[in-house]
Amino acid sequence: MTNHSQDEKAQENNEGAEGIPAPDGAANLIDTDYVIGQDNITTRKMGVNLDLHGKVFTISSLLIVFFVIITLALQNYVEPMFSGLRSWLTDNLSWFFLSAANVFVVLTIALIFSPLGRVRIGGARATPDFSYAGWFAMLFAAGMGIGLMFYGVSEPLTHFNTSLSGDSWAPLGGAAGDADAAMALSMAATIFHWGLHPWAIYATVALALAVFSFNKGLPLTMRSVFYPILGERVWGWWGHVIDILAVFATLFGLATSLGIGASQAAAGLSYLFDIPNNNITMVFLIIGITAVALLSVVAGVDKGVQRLSQINMVLAFLLLMFVIIVGPTLMIITGFFENLKAYVVNLPALSNPFGREDTNFSGGWTAFYWAWWISWSPFVGMFIARVSRGRSVREFLIAVLLVPSAVSVLWMTSFGSTAIDQLVNGGFEGVKDAALELQLFVMLGQLPLTAITSFIGIILVMVFFITSSDSGSLVIDSITSGGKVDAPKPQRIFWAVIEGVIAIALLLGGGLIALQAAVISTGLPFTLVLLAACYAIVRGLMSEPRG
Amino acid sequence: MFERMMVPVDLAHIETLKPALQAASDLAAHYSCEVHYVSVTATVPGSVARTPEEYQQKLEAFARQQGESHGQPVKARAITSPDPIADLDDVLTQAIDDIGADLVVMATHLPAHLDAVMPSHGGKIATNTTASVFLIRP
Repeated sequence: MTNHSQDEKAQENNEGAEGIPAPDGAANLIDTDYVIGQDNITTRKMGVNLDLHGKVFTISSLLIVFFVIITLALQNYVEPMFSGLRSWLTDNLSWFFLSAANVFVVLTIALIFSPLGRVRIGGARATPDFSYAGWFAMLFAAGMGIGLMFYGVSEPLTHFNTSLSGDSWAPLGGAAGDADAAMALSMAATIFHWGLHPWAIYATVALALAVFSFNKGLPLTMRSVFYPILGERVWGWWGHVIDILAVFATLFGLATSLGIGASQAAAGLSYLFDIPNNNITMVFLIIGITAVALLSVVAGVDKGVQRLSQINMVLAFLLLMFVIIVGPTLMIITGFFENLKAYVVNLPALSNPFGREDTNFSGGWTAFYWAWWISWSPFVGMFIARVSRGRSVREFLIAVLLVPSAVSVLWMTSFGSTAIDQLVNGGFEGVKDAALELQLFVMLGQLPLTAITSFIGIILVMVFFITSSDSGSLVIDSITSGGKVDAPKPQRIFWAVIEGVIAIALLLGGGLIALQAAVISTGLPFTLVLLAACYAIVRGLMSEPRG
Repeated sequence: MFERMMVPVDLAHIETLKPALQAASDLAAHYSCEVHYVSVTATVPGSVARTPEEYQQKLEAFARQQGESHGQPVKARAITSPDPIADLDDVLTQAIDDIGADLVVMATHLPAHLDAVMPSHGGKIATNTTASVFLIRP
């Protein structure tokens, strides 16, 4: 990597318009001849302006169409193939996923305390584009909002049951017959899956992209992370492949989640309001979610995504407070600290990649989650990067790593403890016996004001889908237009619509599970991308001035 | 009649702006008004510039060049936005106020059916400002 030295840059500044001045305050731009958008096709078709990366857009579109057709046509073959691939990866390479995730956690925590934490994203004098509230709401909504809704009740409860019965799926061998130990273990395992590790995965991608885009002047696409390793070759096929893979994972990740989510939301609606749980309801849900996401992408990051994320943050906070106050308050408050302690105590054993005896848990749960988070990381990471300009690396990591982890602990403790309390102290088995997508609502059903809280729950699920769909469309549009964020509006509309169309096609034709397995399988190549990102972050930050 | 003119420009599409720039030059000379060239640019690297500061520099150079052709004082201002495509209208409307412009000269496209869904920037700005707006069609 060749960098302009400060002197050279100062000199160029005096020469006027030809030189590239530093971003806000001192920073070290990478010297490349690549002009963003140089490989783009700009044209006007049917009254619509287009500005697309020729190869990335064309190949990823064809690939997407190909996969949808294959999945619809050959369902019986495709599903076992992709599901088999996914299981094979998470079973046999669980050591690799677990080791890599540990690397990301160690690196991101180390950076908080190292002098490199003082580097500012966007240059020493850059100022943030968004307030803390708006920024944080967007991080959370894009990152895992929807997961917390679905797994907040079911995951602690599942681990509790396997631990108590000493099942082979229990974390760390379980705690047969000991309810208190099973509770501690189940919460530790849940927090492990929703705490530092997933957020470290997101933070690694986001930080690498933010540094290489805002401080080094490279386009905001996945390939830029590889610049320190591949040099100018990232603008060729190596880079195309990385970007196409990112588009594939993001689009199918969103479309399959939207499809599966719609079936879960329909189940919730039929449980609560007796709305028929059929394809028509689901298709209407997808159309509705896509329509709002469309309005949101047209309104943009500031007025669309940010506002929706903030609305959701407020609703989620209200629901959380409600559960804490109306549920077993004391148990939740003391549980928060006890669960944190259980997490810290069990963390070394849970994150140990080698010689595990609870292989069902470490492969089937942990490695599955890690592959899943990692396959989402290009999308979430790129979106986080885009909204994080002006923050120092330390501030960024505290906000992307520590704060969300703490919120996850509180959320899981509140929803999980309440459900476990209902089971153990109340003798209520309804939640345990309910289908996964209904567990949250059955739990809320045992608390007062069910109609209101369940309604808020449904709204939250839908708005979290909208905020994933709109930010995802922005990310895909940016990758397929060679890193431009100011490509014509119809392109982002196109991607938001395609997402909905694919979700409906797969929902009606079958194949949601198959393609989701394919997406999770992209976790393997992206783990390599993320490991490269770790190297790139350190290289990149070392050459930056520390403010 | 006019004292301060604002001309929104996108340095990535100078060719399509030519008629508007010509009209702006002629009007500037006629009314002897100060001309403010304004761009809205992304904070992430783009095709014109890799940093907002580089964009500002290029815009200043462009404004000087325009100033030489019409002989009136010029100013350049690149405003950053995290999502320039979506925020363009609002940012430009705000810029008209901040600058205190009484005339806006900007390029727009021919009316099309799509305008019902996505109105033109020029049309939207004209609706939202008290300044006079002159939209130049290609």
